Amino acid sequence: MYNFDFARPDTLQDAQAALRADDAQALGGGQTLIPTLKQRLAAPAILVSLTAIPELKGICLADDGRLCIGGATTHATVAREAAAHYPALAQLAGNIGDPAVRNRGTIGGSLANNDPSACYPAAVLASGATVITDRQEVAADDYFQGMFATALGEGEIITEVRFPVPQAANYQKFVQPASRFALVGVFVARFAHGVRVAVTGASEGGVFRWHKAEAALGDDFRAEALGDLAVEADGMIGDLHGTPEYRAHLVRVLTGRAVTAAA
Amino acid sequence: MNITLRVNGESHDLDLDPRVSLLDALRHHLHLTGTKKGCDHGQCGACTVLLNGRRINACLTLACMHDGDDITTIEGIGADGLTPLQQAFIEHDGFQCGYCTPGQICSAVGMAEELRQGWPSHVTDDLTADPELTRDEIAERMSGNLCRCSCYPGIVNAIRQSLGEQA
Ligand SMILES: Cc1cc2nc3c(=O)[nH]c(=O)nc-3n(C[C@H](O)[C@H](O)[C@H](O)COP(=O)(O)OP(=O)(O)OC[C@H]3O[C@@H](n4cnc5c(N)ncnc54)[C@H](O)[C@@H]3O)c2cc1C
Ligand code: FES
Ligand code: FES
Repeated sequence: MYNFDFARPDTLQDAQAALRADDAQALGGGQTLIPTLKQRLAAPAILVSLTAIPELKGICLADDGRLCIGGATTHATVAREAAAHYPALAQLAGNIGDPAVRNRGTIGGSLANNDPSACYPAAVLASGATVITDRQEVAADDYFQGMFATALGEGEIITEVRFPVPQAANYQKFVQPASRFALVGVFVARFAHGVRVAVTGASEGGVFRWHKAEAALGDDFRAEALGDLAVEADGMIGDLHGTPEYRAHLVRVLTGRAVTAAA
Repeated sequence: MNITLRVNGESHDLDLDPRVSLLDALRHHLHLTGTKKGCDHGQCGACTVLLNGRRINACLTLACMHDGDDITTIEGIGADGLTPLQQAFIEHDGFQCGYCTPGQICSAVGMAEELRQGWPSHVTDDLTADPELTRDEIAERMSGNLCRCSCYPGIVNAIRQSLGEQA
């Protein structure tokens, strides 16, 4: 690691102040950032830990029925406490990495990082959730801007994520067995006004919505309704774990499975 | 940076570079070498310790993030004679070279507490009922701890036996 200073404020205000310094960077659970620092792929001048700020942690149900999750809430907490309100989301959180990772890693860290194979982006996009920061409220459709790219500015803090709770939902993750990340993951959510399908792990453009499948499922929420719909292999990720064609195929298969499991 | 770590019930004042991982603080600064470094990247679980009772990878956290926290390492488990879990690891050949074992034991202790509090796992069918201790359930819950000697059957049997005894 390159050298850095370290701060661990206990209020959001102090964190904001610390993050105004040049080359300051937020530190959530560290499950992505610490390996990155070890590989010398990042060189922040100061790390501002968000783990001691109580207002950034926890889960609650808002008056409008949306599920609010604090930006520094761990995957383990979501797996446990969201189960009664939004089971598909709890299940997704409970299958990120392994228990030790889930006890540290946070929803804000996952969304800020926007790894193309991460699980949460699929849930946030398929749910049509809102990412709330210390500066703005961003709809999921505007938040994700390609692999590792988001609507966040320098030093901006994700304080909360607000999920509309669908009538039915399911996440299917095809696990890459060595890393346990998603080789491909598909989150399907059915609302009164339509169906949303979000795909992670597959595209070189990061998480995306499969609009054609959404339209088909909106009319008929059964796997069969997908018919011979397929995503183009063009633009899918190709690496030693799978070709673009394989990933495109998985998107179709997993979408069907998610619909069957949700229905 | 000056921090205080409470390790296995004892307070330690340390002056550390912010880059020091909790794992290196334990091994190099406190000379508690029971906690092992396998990958140093959160992949293997050899460095599993308990942070305020919850299992974490000590390699993926900085010591300075834990001022005032309570850490339990393998040195703090069974210090006054082996626990039933540790005894069961011996009876069931839950290890061969033993390198992963401190992490497996700490992880299993954390897992037992999670079970006690009714945390579901990915393979639990009913998210709201108490999970059953099937082989799949334990394998899933211990999935963060790899064993290069592949003693998995023994590890699962040892954990099942010790949890059965507690129940
Ligand atoms: C072995 C292993 C397996 C994993 N498997 C999976 C998996 O299957 N699926 C999956 O989705 N992920 C997986 N992960 C990643 C894991 O979910 C991380 O916890 C997550 O990606 C990052 O969260 P963090 O809190 O640890 O963030 P950090 O590592 O602390 O930070 C990551 C980035 O987010 C920024 N950041 C952190 N918090 C905030 C905030 N509140 N506001 C703004 N910016 C912030 C940081 O500045 C940094 O750029 C795995 C990780 C490991 C080590
Ligand atoms: S050494 Fe920490 S997980 Fe491998
Ligand atoms: S006993 Fe050798 S690595 Fe597990």
